[in-house]
Amino acid sequence: MSDAAAHAMEHHTSTGIDSRKVAIWTLIGSECLFFASLISTYLVYKGKSLVGPLPHAESQCMLHGAMQKCEGVFEIKLVTTGTAILLFSSFFVVMALYGAQKGNRKMLVGWLAATVMCGLFFVSMQVYEFNHFYHKGMGYGTNLFSSTFYTLTGFHGSHVSVGVIWLSTLLVLAIRGKLPPEKSLNLEIAALYWHFVDVVWIVIFPVVYLMR
Amino acid sequence: MATSVIDRSPATHAPENTGIWSWITTVDHKRIGILYGATAFLFFLIGGLEALFMRIQLMKPDNTFVSAATFNSLFTMHGTTMIFLGVMPLSAMFFNYFIPLQIGARDVAFPRLNAFSYWVFLLGGLFINFSWLINAAPNAGWFGYANLTERTYSPGLNTDFWVLGLQILGIASMAAAINFFVTIVNLRAPGMKMLRMPMFVWMSFITQILLLLAFPVITIALVFLMMDRHFGTHFFIPEGGGDPILWQHLFWIFGHPEVYILILPAFGIVSEVLPVFSRKPLFGYTAMVFSGAFIAFLGFGVWSHHMFATGMGPFADSFFALSTMLIAVPTGVKIFNWIGTLWGGSLQMKTPLYFALGMIAMFIIGGLSGVMHSSPPADLQQTDTYFVVAHFHYVLFGGSIFGLTAGAYYWFPKMFGRMLSEKIGKLHFWLMFIGFNVTFFPMHFLGLNGMPRRVYTYPAGLNFEFWNRIQTYGSLLLGVSFLVFIYNLWQASRKPADAPADPWKGATLEWLIPSPPQEFNFADVPPVNSSMPAWDLRRAGGGQLPEPPRVSGAGIHMPRPSYWPVVAAFGVLGVIGSVLFTEAFPHWYFITLGGAAVLFYGVYRWAFEPAF
Repeated sequence: MSDAAAHAMEHHTSTGIDSRKVAIWTLIGSECLFFASLISTYLVYKGKSLVGPLPHAESQCMLHGAMQKCEGVFEIKLVTTGTAILLFSSFFVVMALYGAQKGNRKMLVGWLAATVMCGLFFVSMQVYEFNHFYHKGMGYGTNLFSSTFYTLTGFHGSHVSVGVIWLSTLLVLAIRGKLPPEKSLNLEIAALYWHFVDVVWIVIFPVVYLMR
Repeated sequence: MATSVIDRSPATHAPENTGIWSWITTVDHKRIGILYGATAFLFFLIGGLEALFMRIQLMKPDNTFVSAATFNSLFTMHGTTMIFLGVMPLSAMFFNYFIPLQIGARDVAFPRLNAFSYWVFLLGGLFINFSWLINAAPNAGWFGYANLTERTYSPGLNTDFWVLGLQILGIASMAAAINFFVTIVNLRAPGMKMLRMPMFVWMSFITQILLLLAFPVITIALVFLMMDRHFGTHFFIPEGGGDPILWQHLFWIFGHPEVYILILPAFGIVSEVLPVFSRKPLFGYTAMVFSGAFIAFLGFGVWSHHMFATGMGPFADSFFALSTMLIAVPTGVKIFNWIGTLWGGSLQMKTPLYFALGMIAMFIIGGLSGVMHSSPPADLQQTDTYFVVAHFHYVLFGGSIFGLTAGAYYWFPKMFGRMLSEKIGKLHFWLMFIGFNVTFFPMHFLGLNGMPRRVYTYPAGLNFEFWNRIQTYGSLLLGVSFLVFIYNLWQASRKPADAPADPWKGATLEWLIPSPPQEFNFADVPPVNSSMPAWDLRRAGGGQLPEPPRVSGAGIHMPRPSYWPVVAAFGVLGVIGSVLFTEAFPHWYFITLGGAAVLFYGVYRWAFEPAF
């Protein structure tokens, strides 16, 4: 859209807020129900798995056709690191947005690159985790825990991946100098989405990994 | 600012842009509305034919007109089609065409997203109906209860068409809901505060909120079911620890708000028609707004009244019985306000008012049988009988379809610049009204006498013969009423475009511009100082409004046409539709990847294409 039209759109809304920003908030509201359904299902089926592997160590569980002591599959340290990095990225994207609004390209590009790196780290952590679980004999349909876990964290991971692609696109624009202050809203909208994805993880992390 | 240089001189006959390519690439909300309407009406006729086939089968005992298997597909596809491909997109036609006009906007907030919604809807509808051609039409009911829908009990592709088709249609609904929500929040004309919006806009707004909050839940339920069917999970399979009742909870947390998604737009239309044809402002405007909002709010707290038969225990039964009875209160407020609007009005007995009055009367009957279901002991007697079929046809046909038809007669002159015949319209009304009641009222008797629904035939000697035969005659009359409607549309299309801007002396903004409106809607947005801005102007003009001229409108920036939404829509079809091939052609995953690539490419080109 031409700058004049963009300008006209920005300033002629009933609320004074850009329509794209209202749209992303609307999407976020809707996504809350999306993740609520997934998290509720995880909780409803918690402890209902007929066979192992299970999330936490149990003295007795059915594994490989026999009742035996089971180890938990979770690697809490790794996931805690991933969680911390994802949360830091929310701070980084705020710094990038500040840079974009001030027209400070170095700041914008640096912090945005850091955000994207954090997102990539988180997704890689999840790929490693899924792979690791799979090799421990936890397939997608092995038990209710594996199915609900992979579906919930998988959907979250795909949201993070969409965010990484979105922010990377903006990073390329920023490097080429095509994200001037008057277009910083493009980054602000992506950042809102990014924060939401982080907030969802703040719920998922304790509910799935920490709650016994 | 660009808007200061609009050319207001009379329009010189610019060549109209009407080729097929212009319809494929259009982002004009009015054209997309017409596309929605035409497509949905065709699907609606298909759904109607399915119903007629069922009625012919049930006309006499032990009939063999269709097989039991075909009957299963007929009732499944009839329900699915009427809800997702009929009533919802017919409402979407009015959302598209009239929300921007009624709030004084140029277009919706995201014109290309709007086109995307339509194309995804079209492809989803074609996808789900394609199943008829390969003899694999969905056959497990529109509610898709697990574990009937699991592979063990539904091994064919039938249920896959249903699961994947609904997933595609859900994307169309979500995109549209975000778009209309933002449009109403953000693009109102100066002076149009929220509590000055026309009631149709208000009810549409509440409908979008319901869509936004209900659709994610069925998306997840459908994902679980798809995983169970194709990827080895046990979400709803007891052998693996899963619980089929979870499906019912997820489905009805979506499914109950869905019935308000189907009825609230019709409520809105009736609330537009009644004041105009009573020559009185809507009685209790604010009460109407808040009762609508209250219905929507309560609509999320009543889902388990669809599940009394599952045995949830006295606490849950009591809670859901009470919350269900409570919904009758705001609904009653609406009905009393409609009657209050008519009371003492100077009634103009035109076709739209006929259909609006029919809607109120029929909806009351459906509402009363609905309150009967809210009592668990009564419901246990009525579950799975024709009594329930009678109830929801009185609210969905008697409510939604009568309301939407009132809207069709009310707004047809605005959309096409031609008047529908009053004489044929009233014939249409009486045929539809009588046909509807003859078809569905006896279902109350049959249901209470124990005739089960979803069964392809019945034996002689149970006293079911008489009413079934009468109902079939009624359904044929209903079919004739729609032929009369089609004839009315056809004869109007042959007339010259001669409808004035405001044939009904309407109260809202859309009547202040020519019929049909020009591409940019309003050259100048009129002042809005109340919820009836056109009546304010008419009063100021001593009861007269000048016929608005068609102006050149040069200088108004309109969104550019785009074909990337169509490309992205095909990508969506590829990604979701390709799951059909999981078992038969496991290495055809390249279709999924191809679809994803097309979607990705389409979205990128869309994002970087100038909108204006």
